[in-house]
Amino acid sequence: MAFNIYDFTTLTKSIHEGLTASYSATTTLIIEWTIVGVAYLLFVALFGLFLVYAERKVCAAFQQRMGPMRVGPWGLLQTIADFIKLLMKELITPKEADKFLYNLAPFIVIIVSFLVISVIPFAPGLQTFDFDIGIFFVTAVSSVGVIGILLAGWSSNNKYSLIGAMRSGAQIVSYELSVGLSLITIIILAGTMQISGLVEGQREMWFIFKGHIPALIAFVVFIIAGTAETNRGPFDLAEAESELTAGFHTEYSGIKFAFFFLAEYINLFIVAAMATTVFLGGWMPLHFGNFESFNQIMDLIPGLFWFFFKVLGVIFLMMWFKWTFPRLRVDQILNLEWKYLLPINLFNILLMAAVVLFGLHF
Amino acid sequence: MNSEILFFLLAGMILVFSILTVTTRRILRAAVYLLFVLVSTAGLYFMLNYNFLAAVQLTVYAGGIVVLIIFSILLTSHISERAKMAGKFQGVMSALAVVAGATLTLITILNYSFPAKSLNEVPSDVKSIGRALVSYNENGYALPFEVVSILLLAAMIGAIIVARKEKTADKNIK
Repeated sequence: MAFNIYDFTTLTKSIHEGLTASYSATTTLIIEWTIVGVAYLLFVALFGLFLVYAERKVCAAFQQRMGPMRVGPWGLLQTIADFIKLLMKELITPKEADKFLYNLAPFIVIIVSFLVISVIPFAPGLQTFDFDIGIFFVTAVSSVGVIGILLAGWSSNNKYSLIGAMRSGAQIVSYELSVGLSLITIIILAGTMQISGLVEGQREMWFIFKGHIPALIAFVVFIIAGTAETNRGPFDLAEAESELTAGFHTEYSGIKFAFFFLAEYINLFIVAAMATTVFLGGWMPLHFGNFESFNQIMDLIPGLFWFFFKVLGVIFLMMWFKWTFPRLRVDQILNLEWKYLLPINLFNILLMAAVVLFGLHF
Repeated sequence: MNSEILFFLLAGMILVFSILTVTTRRILRAAVYLLFVLVSTAGLYFMLNYNFLAAVQLTVYAGGIVVLIIFSILLTSHISERAKMAGKFQGVMSALAVVAGATLTLITILNYSFPAKSLNEVPSDVKSIGRALVSYNENGYALPFEVVSILLLAAMIGAIIVARKEKTADKNIK
């Protein structure tokens, strides 16, 4: 098997050729589907567990605590133990709940997360779908995720759940606009929506440097709106524990709660991965114009590491302001979106269009 | 062969969920079944490799309209509410309307021969989509684009008028 850490196309190709040599076309397809599916499931489960651990450690560091320390070295096995505990819990369905919708809601949320994760390029050759409308696909599919949250809140037959779902719905629907518009700003610069094309366009220079001021504004807006999209602090009033116990997933327990919890962390990963792919060059190494030797040293680091290095950086940034800023009120959140971010965004698109039109970018 | 299986799967889903949408007595379930119908339709577009239209279908219908419908249901109805069964007269009349509509559609579909044309592949990159959206010659969508903009503007003004706080009345209540 030809394995090359710099380019995974050889690996996938050799797997494909090996399978087609010994099986029929349909069997090959089924085996390949299974491999891809299992790979995604494993990645999501393990990375989700890691993110929960990372969040607890980062939070602890900001509050001058140690965080989980007792299970395993530095508490590394804590989240795995928590997960096993979650799996063994009883599944409770509240009385008078709409059972069909109550059971459906976590699946909608998690399916949407999986669909979005399928277009993210992890490294050269490590991408499942490469649509010609890549970015648009991401915004289109993720706009369905809010339905899961609304259904969860309503079908639980609990007033906390309902209020949490309404808050979360209003927030997500509003901030979707900013996410979409800030991505469009970069699409103007890149001239393509295809994700592989976006990454390829950043070979010489990442878009955040190439588009200087408007790209930087778009990046900041995207990070703010992305945090709001994932219902994370300081925009976590949908599950404000002091007022609403746990918001829309108050009534959920066991594996169904785990689905919401996992989806939240996958969405954190998705926002960070989109920020990385669109603004920070995806798996492309850091290059500076004419510094040939510097560029060659950077090329030695494989794309996979670059991708995860940047993603973890963005995730750390988002955790940083979750544990730094106090929670916003619902009217403040909606004001921020409609009175500040949206006008800034629209103006920024004009600015970017002018920059591209007059060739003012690098 | 594979695409045929996929087509019948999606078509079956559309049919079953369409029927469930109008037969269920719980209003939120009807909205969810409608969501499934719209998502399956997007699946058909994906099957045809028309990714752009599929994504539009998902954004506008699944992510926009269904979310709005669910929102208004959340605001107005309680979980224990059930729709009333229709009376006899209404039942007969709607059955007649359904039969008439189905016959009309069937006659139209069966009389049309659906000639298989081999069209050139239409590019769906950003540039061609953008050009098509604002050009006013053949294959341009400038007029529909503007008309829809006016419609949306009117809807927005209407919403603001409805939701606006009255300045003169209720001075005591703050």
